[in-house]
Amino acid sequence: MRAVRAFGRFWYEFLVGDDWRIVAGVTAVLGLGALAVAMGLTGPAVMITVFLALVAVFAWPLLSDRQF
Amino acid sequence: MTGLTPHEMALVGATFLASAVEIVEAYTIVLAMGLTRGWRSTISGAVAALAVLAAVTVIGGYTILRLIPESLLQLVIGGLLLTFGLQWLRKAVLRSAGLKQMHDEAAIFAEEAAASRAAGNEQVFGLDWFAFVVSFKGVLLEGLEVVVIVLTFGISAGNIPLAAAGALLAILPVTALVVVIRGPLARVPENAIKMTVGLLLTTFGSFWAIEGLGWFAADQESLAWPLGDVTLLVMLATWVGVARALVALLRRRVALATSIA
Repeated sequence: MRAVRAFGRFWYEFLVGDDWRIVAGVTAVLGLGALAVAMGLTGPAVMITVFLALVAVFAWPLLSDRQF
Repeated sequence: MTGLTPHEMALVGATFLASAVEIVEAYTIVLAMGLTRGWRSTISGAVAALAVLAAVTVIGGYTILRLIPESLLQLVIGGLLLTFGLQWLRKAVLRSAGLKQMHDEAAIFAEEAAASRAAGNEQVFGLDWFAFVVSFKGVLLEGLEVVVIVLTFGISAGNIPLAAAGALLAILPVTALVVVIRGPLARVPENAIKMTVGLLLTTFGSFWAIEGLGWFAADQESLAWPLGDVTLLVMLATWVGVARALVALLRRRVALATSIA
């Protein structure tokens, strides 16, 4: 049981870390990207938009956080 | 290294640097145990952890490669790389801006050494159990991060052995430094290395994850970037620019807050 908990804690620290908004943002952006591709939008414009959205979900929490 | 493509060199470079950072952190724990409790049990714990890590790399790599189709693999692995790459990058940005404490190997060493002096002297299989367990856990936990990076990078680039070689290569210079210094590696520029690794993980992660979105297309084929591998350079430049801009902005905020206070 302790090993399972330690394993869970490792992955939580690894993926969520200090700021859950990064993993939530990445999941949301890739989810919306998947939806667009499933609707047939597979061109470079969609790929670039997804990339820029990923940059935004990284930068936004750092810029909007009042403690920083 | 002359036969390596730029893509492969980036692969080796990323796993080498990521591994170097984690090895520095693992050495701090191993050194504290070795110097205060003796080397036999400490080294046994570290070697046992390395054996577990090698097994996880081989079994994990083999299982993942057999079970998951290519485009889905790119999406999942790219998403993973991207997520923990951004975590590394976030911490490095905050440390560079002075908003998060630097990783202090000397303080961690002192803490571990004090704990080891206060611990009991239980013997199991002829080993000092405290030194064995602490050393095993320290190497295993730091090493697991390297294993995940080696597996994700290696699988996405189709070359796990090369990714593993990059990680193993880092053992040599760090060990040489430890032997020369005979103490915790407090002066290693950990944050600069973490920033570089964060940028590489994030770049490759976003490249592969977006390509992997093709799994949701009718043909389930990976999407193709219009500039091919050159896109990686554009992405890297973008992430570097964003990281530098964030550090500058956050530093200005800190300076402003300090001047007001």
